[in-house]
Amino acid sequence: MLPLLRHARYVLSENPVTGLAFGLFALFLIAALFGPVLAPYNPLQSNAAMALKPPSAAHWFGTDQLGRDIFSRVLVATRLDLTIAFASVILAFMLGALSGVAAGYFGGWTDRIVGRLADTIMAFPLFVLAMGIVAALGNEVINIVIATAIINFPLYARVARAEANVRRDAGFVEAARLSGNGEARVVLGHVLPNIMPIMMVQMSLTMGYAILNAAGLSFIGLGVRPPDAEWGIMVAEGANFIQSGEWWIALFPGATLMLAVFCFNLLGDGLRDIIDPRMRT
Amino acid sequence: MSTVPALAVEDLSVEFRTRSGIVKVLEHVGFSVDKGETVALVGESGSGKSVTAFAVMGILDAAGKVTSGRAMFGGADLLALGERDLAEQRGRELSMIFQNPRTALNPIRRVGLQIADVLVRHGGATRNDAPQAAIEMLKKVRIPDPERRAEAYPFELSGGMCQRIMIAIALACRPALLIADEPTTGLDVTTQAVIMDLIGELAGEAGMATIFITHDLALAAEYCDRIVVMHAGHIVEAAPGRDLFTHPRHPYSAKLLAATPGETVSLENMASIPGGLPDLRRSDLPACRYSDRCERRLGQCAQPLPQRTVGERRVVACWNPL
Amino acid sequence: MLNLLLSRLATAIPSIVGVVVVTFMLTRLLPGDPAAYFAGLAASPQAIAEIRAKLGLDKSLPEQFVGYIGDLLHGNLGNSLSTGQPVVVEIATRLPASAELTLFALIVAVAIAIPLGVLAAVKQGTWIDHTCRIVTTAGVSLPVFFTGLLFAYVFYYLLQWAPAPTGRLDVFLSPPTHITGFYLIDSALTGNLETLWGALRQLALPAISMAIFSLAPLARMTRGSMLAVLGSDFIRTARASGLSPRTVIFTYAFRNAVLPVITTLGMVFSFLLGANVLVETVFAWPGIGLYAVNALITSDYAPVQGFVLTMAILYVALNLTIDFVYGLVDPRVRLDS
Repeated sequence: MLPLLRHARYVLSENPVTGLAFGLFALFLIAALFGPVLAPYNPLQSNAAMALKPPSAAHWFGTDQLGRDIFSRVLVATRLDLTIAFASVILAFMLGALSGVAAGYFGGWTDRIVGRLADTIMAFPLFVLAMGIVAALGNEVINIVIATAIINFPLYARVARAEANVRRDAGFVEAARLSGNGEARVVLGHVLPNIMPIMMVQMSLTMGYAILNAAGLSFIGLGVRPPDAEWGIMVAEGANFIQSGEWWIALFPGATLMLAVFCFNLLGDGLRDIIDPRMRT
Repeated sequence: MSTVPALAVEDLSVEFRTRSGIVKVLEHVGFSVDKGETVALVGESGSGKSVTAFAVMGILDAAGKVTSGRAMFGGADLLALGERDLAEQRGRELSMIFQNPRTALNPIRRVGLQIADVLVRHGGATRNDAPQAAIEMLKKVRIPDPERRAEAYPFELSGGMCQRIMIAIALACRPALLIADEPTTGLDVTTQAVIMDLIGELAGEAGMATIFITHDLALAAEYCDRIVVMHAGHIVEAAPGRDLFTHPRHPYSAKLLAATPGETVSLENMASIPGGLPDLRRSDLPACRYSDRCERRLGQCAQPLPQRTVGERRVVACWNPL
Repeated sequence: MLNLLLSRLATAIPSIVGVVVVTFMLTRLLPGDPAAYFAGLAASPQAIAEIRAKLGLDKSLPEQFVGYIGDLLHGNLGNSLSTGQPVVVEIATRLPASAELTLFALIVAVAIAIPLGVLAAVKQGTWIDHTCRIVTTAGVSLPVFFTGLLFAYVFYYLLQWAPAPTGRLDVFLSPPTHITGFYLIDSALTGNLETLWGALRQLALPAISMAIFSLAPLARMTRGSMLAVLGSDFIRTARASGLSPRTVIFTYAFRNAVLPVITTLGMVFSFLLGANVLVETVFAWPGIGLYAVNALITSDYAPVQGFVLTMAILYVALNLTIDFVYGLVDPRVRLDS
């Protein structure tokens, strides 16, 4: 553990941007956890008298067409956006890691089925497939999570498969097998923990994409429904007003969304440098 | 024998900047090669043989830096030439062939074109007659059916064939100096001999000076006039090939010889050299970098290395030679 | 050459089968009872049963699948509820608009990403390299619908440089004679310069929004593969032969480095086709993405499914083309098959 920490410090000092990303991440985490408490206004409370007001001291990000405080809405939306992304990434990880490890470890039919499944998903333009899945399953937030998890599944399955395949004949796996462990135990207790670091990198790398994907789906009217606050749908609402000059309605949620994705992408790169410097490009 | 050497390397030192500090890869290396002469640079991997060649050619990695020395070639110091002038010389006056010929050729360019590129670059042919000149070169390195082979890609040829192509590229412009960096590594034994004979013959015909880099002392003794033994970035001994092979004077040369399988030594009796190369990042490197591994070490060995002349054209850097 | 084509075609068959099976499953997963849905809110149980029989939903799944395949082979993707038109016709008329936008965006992305990646690799560690790193990380983080909006606001509303973000052509211009369906090509072919300029102006903002989003993987891959190639043995040989830096970088390094970049194009197209939907929505671009989004809003499922299938088939075809081109460029693949 100690060498890893030292290496982490080295990476951070070498690349201060990663440090910045960690700081931003902490901010987003605070917003997600305490957003509703911190918000100065009720994010759903409309106020016709205050509609379409530009940013001011009272309303930092201005107000929308219903007079709702945009700052409060952006803040509160953090929880929903990050929850969707986290949930889909964890679901993709569970599906992908388990089937990928099984495919890499057992080979044969398991491998072929998992491979075919991943290939079939990859045969679609991913966002389009996600649209189709949400349209078919129904217009609900949970289905955004499922669709995002499905389109990320092949990435996880492939990485897990490759890593498990390499480790199948490694000494420690052989030892676990010889000491009388069943195959399932060997896979779950010995192979899976060993590929966790690489899977963690994969998770942080796909977080940004998951946020973008979920926001994109709600931008076109899938999943999240008004009046719920979510960055993608807020940009969509603001789009109607941008041509009449009310730029703040779309700008602040859009910029926050961008910052969040940027933060997770930097974090993913940084984490990869810390955990696996070989993968650096 | 001519008195002006084709290449004279003097006091060459090279450092590499790495994440974990500066590595003194070469220190005060000096040797010379006469016209028509073949000199071997021998040593373990990591001893600095290839780096010496790369420094002379001016193709060191960006991390490598020449900190001192001269490499006199044709009246000019190669180490002082700018990249533009040096690039003019490379491939025309001094050429190099590498190990692993299959990866040393451009995988997606027809081999005839790769020879033609060098010819055109150095004015050996125009774009129009370069293809024909390339085929002539293929004939010269005895590639059967050269017209067809010129159209081939490296992956369609055997390792031995690829090495002949490399030789054709290197010799296309009739250079004065050829550096062959382990040209037979990765080839099978029969091909090795054919390639070595081919290099020797073509070099002899052209009166070229040749530097042959190898870790195989027996091969060096068979094909080279003189042998220069390197250890950890130092030259420890330089001697005529036969003399060194029969009577090594430096303790390291002797160990290296004992570790070489040959007529006199069977595989069972082969001695391995104790210890490894010293960590060249150390700031307190001993004057003699072999002393930590040496059985003949004396108190004197901490003093700066001597250059003792111990015979005709024979130098050994040791306080207590055999 | 023919062998190469056939072998690539063979690899595409499982993908097409997979795509058809998945889209079939998507049509059977519709929320609630599709028959009740298609019959409308006020339908009697009898009417629903009729529709179920008409849609074939009373048959077993394998039978339904065979029926679905039959429909596909006849080019029948169902009718749109809101317009009553066959989906396949509506998609076909809108496809050129989407294709023009996507391909133009790809050209812009390639034109920026590849020189940037090559420069970043050749000048590794310099400010160009750092710029490349920032641009690529930032580019892939930009929600394409947000950049599109921002561009529209800045270049149309504030600066008035760009035309209104509404469609392929200003209302005062008439579309060019239909030849390929691509306005740029058609207007150039017919010598209609005014329309060409008008179409180009409309195309610029949406295409650039998409290009920024998709150039990151291209630039990254170009840089990475260029670095790998520059460190390889044959580049050392080329340098040791005194070849000029131009020859070394372009003829020797770049031609090898571009091979993995061609493979990346598949991923880039996946990005582009997805971004296409969002950008069409922002710029009211009359392509199949906007068509699908409008259908989604009115819960008109046949166009959505037709859209997903069309996009997937297009994507498989694009990947096939990419594979084929790769084979043509790389002699190791070309001569092996």
